[in-house]
Amino acid sequence: MRKLKIIRQSVAVISIILVTLLFLDFTGTIHTWFGWMAKIQFLPAVLALNIGVIIALVALTLLFGRIYCSVICPLGIMQDGFGWLGKRSKKNRYSYSKPKNMLRYIILALIVVAIITGVSVFVSLLAPYSAYGRIAQSLFAPIWQWGNNLLARWAESHDSYAFYTVDIWLKGGITLVVAIVTLVVLAFLSWRNGRTYCNTICPVGTTLGFLSQFSLLKPVIDTSKCNGCGLCARNCKAACINSKEHKIDYSRCVTCFDCINKCHRGAISYTLRRSIKNAQADKGKTSERVDDSRRQFLTVSATVAAAAAVQAQEKTVDGGLAAITNKKIPARKTKIVPPGAKGIKNLSSHCTACQLCVSACPNNVLRPSTDLETLMQPESSYERGYCRPECTRCSEVCPTGAIRSITRADKSSIQIGHAVWVKENCVPLTDGVECGNCARHCPVGAITMVPSDSENGNSPKIPIVNIERCIGCGACENLCPARPFSAIYVEGHEIHRTI
Amino acid sequence: MKNHNINRREFLKRLGIGAGVTGLTLTGCSTASKKLSSASSASSSELPTDKMTYRVNPKTGENVSLLGYGCMRWPTISGESARDGEEDIDQDTVNDLVDTAIAHGVNYFDTSPAYCKGRSEHATGIALSRHPRNSYYIATKLSNFAPSTWSREASLAMYKNSLKELQTDYIDYMLLHGVGMSDGMEEFNKRYIDNGVLDFLLSERETGRIKNLGFSYHGDIKVFDYLLSQHEKYKWDFVQIQLNYVDWKHAKEVNERNTNAEYLYGELEKRGIPAIIMEPLLGGRLSNVPEHIVTRLKQKEPDRSVASWAFRYAGTHPGVLTVLSGMTYKEHLLDNLHSFCPLKPLTDEELAFLYDTADLMMQYPTIPCNDCKYCMPCPYGLDIPAILLHYNKCINEGNIPASSQSDNYREARRAFLVGYDRSVPRLRQANHCIGCGQCAPHCPQSIDIPGQLHKIDGFVEKLKQGTL
Repeated sequence: MRKLKIIRQSVAVISIILVTLLFLDFTGTIHTWFGWMAKIQFLPAVLALNIGVIIALVALTLLFGRIYCSVICPLGIMQDGFGWLGKRSKKNRYSYSKPKNMLRYIILALIVVAIITGVSVFVSLLAPYSAYGRIAQSLFAPIWQWGNNLLARWAESHDSYAFYTVDIWLKGGITLVVAIVTLVVLAFLSWRNGRTYCNTICPVGTTLGFLSQFSLLKPVIDTSKCNGCGLCARNCKAACINSKEHKIDYSRCVTCFDCINKCHRGAISYTLRRSIKNAQADKGKTSERVDDSRRQFLTVSATVAAAAAVQAQEKTVDGGLAAITNKKIPARKTKIVPPGAKGIKNLSSHCTACQLCVSACPNNVLRPSTDLETLMQPESSYERGYCRPECTRCSEVCPTGAIRSITRADKSSIQIGHAVWVKENCVPLTDGVECGNCARHCPVGAITMVPSDSENGNSPKIPIVNIERCIGCGACENLCPARPFSAIYVEGHEIHRTI
Repeated sequence: MKNHNINRREFLKRLGIGAGVTGLTLTGCSTASKKLSSASSASSSELPTDKMTYRVNPKTGENVSLLGYGCMRWPTISGESARDGEEDIDQDTVNDLVDTAIAHGVNYFDTSPAYCKGRSEHATGIALSRHPRNSYYIATKLSNFAPSTWSREASLAMYKNSLKELQTDYIDYMLLHGVGMSDGMEEFNKRYIDNGVLDFLLSERETGRIKNLGFSYHGDIKVFDYLLSQHEKYKWDFVQIQLNYVDWKHAKEVNERNTNAEYLYGELEKRGIPAIIMEPLLGGRLSNVPEHIVTRLKQKEPDRSVASWAFRYAGTHPGVLTVLSGMTYKEHLLDNLHSFCPLKPLTDEELAFLYDTADLMMQYPTIPCNDCKYCMPCPYGLDIPAILLHYNKCINEGNIPASSQSDNYREARRAFLVGYDRSVPRLRQANHCIGCGQCAPHCPQSIDIPGQLHKIDGFVEKLKQGTL
């Protein structure tokens, strides 16, 4: 029985490391092998209508209880990490508390309503996997990238191409703040009381908790062995063991096996469901001290003390080089969402704002939205790069079906927006030089350069856009020499079309 | 049978033991050890002084050494080529180079009033005047490029000055210099026809002050064809053309204005006009070649230089009178002497090998950028030399994959793309070139900078999209 906890901890550590790596690895290597780790998360699977995963998770819970919350959910594992730290500073710090079922079900109901009505902010804020994703993307990823850039510099000095430098930039201020607040609140709660969030707020916890009441296997107190010492209750992070009455609230138990290991008398076992009616109050007193045997298990590496100072990478400018003004975001009437999203509405109703696509985007196009309605959900902009024709990374990683999987061929015909020309900024007219950089880089050949004066073939050439062919990738906008505002920019389409 | 089957390693091992024994028994006997004190190709003392290959001038019957000394790169006192440097020409070194060349049979010296910023004829004259006038042939040119020298008076003054600087009263080989450049026919007429300078030179040939009259040709093929069509009238004694194993079939790829040497040489051969070869190394690009080309050439002839292939190639053509090389350093001279004392003509198989090599080189030719930065700053923020040099570096390191099927495609792609971001900040890369063309006129190498940048950008796109 003691081995169960070690297994749980080992699986949990591996699981959180892999999920975290999904957010950190910008090369896409980890995704090739472990991209499914994001897709087995409960809420994303529900939103993606991923029936297979949902059935598997329901079955898992009906068999083993809320094991999902202990070994799959990265936010749960992270909280266990903080809880473990808390227990090191003060032993036996938890106690039984009454379930707050009203609150739980009200929040669950609200989430369901929010999903149906498309009030995505509420879902995004409370969804556990997404909350963890935001923390990983906003706080861990910059540290990871900074370390990578150090390695890249080292590699460069050794003529190696093993590492390359990546741009580190603040993708979303609000998202960063939300991530920090989430981290601080959860760290505090779990350090003090364990799984408070999971058992009062988390909609996934509530859903699985409802199912786990009927699970086949569960921890059961053998009243004939129990002496009522309450050690189990004081070490239960879910605060679900009522040792006085020898009752365990299975809707809150996250199947961590801590109680089994704590009990000196071997009174708790993970076994088939037994009637608890014949449980008797055993008033036997005991003043035994806590078994101090050191736990030798893998520690969750949640030592995430320092918040990352996100810094934009500045270019060093030599004397012989012209200064380059940074591009600014044009005032788009309709925002741009990546191909595969099908449209703004589909994205906002499916996305839980986990930031996985934002961290996977190799072209610095995706960033979390700052609009209240679509808060922290991804949107595209092209000042730092454009949606390159060979890349379908965001569509591959999205676990919720907000960005559907597409191929490169699909992408070349999905119109996510169209280019708009701004005469006042166009370099041939303002600087009197030849240009055509937009036309040269348009991957679908939607731009043609024509003389600005149709009467005069030698007049400066300006771009005309064939809206029917334009896919809105932003190559023209990104590579336009006009700065800070490009002379050609992309207006998003509410619903994506296939051309 | 088994016993006779000595494998290679075993054989070498036994040989080594044998050699060791021999070495021990014959200690002190230096002649028995076959070890050389130096490689044969590097030492001048090994060079024979009487083995130079000569070609006969069909008109005069004179023997011209197949290696001709190009005097456009004499060394300065700081050791660089006087073509680039401002310092004075190092006359002592020039004298020494000329002495060494003559001692090994070189007898053709090619200069011009324009070379070494106008100082070449003077220095060449000093060095040559120390030898009997009949032991060498002087070639110089009427280099009236500047419009200010287009008048008859100015051109004639230039000719007279050449005689004075070269300390002689006759010129063995006189050339109309660089016909076909800039405006082609129009400029040719202004320089040599309208002012009667060509007629003057023809009359000088009558008097014997010019022994042979010819022209050197660059650029517009119309001028070349026109002058050859007038052969009956002018009786060209020789023509100087650019010929090397790349220009033979790929001249247009090297420079759009140029014409394949195969054609130029063929036209001369048809008329029995001797060819004098310039740019046998294509401005040094056939000695400083990509790494995989070095390997290829060195594997075939490990103890010969990469450049020697180009010289032997030029010399192998029977209609060639002499092959010019602008040798700044003694090492170049010795290496070239090695190639021509005597010339070992290339076999058909070796010629085919060189043409294959040229095909390989032209697949992705290096861009002749030497990082002078005259094109900078680009008004749109590009770092032009950094882009071109990164591209050249990748060519020379073999990191320009020909297609996604190439053996080293993955490594080369990574090296190119990662190295690109390292060498050039993203905002200064070739995809930001708008083609305004403000850089191009400043390039002393006449590189079509926007064209090259767009080509590199196209290559990068193919690498990134995986469509190479």
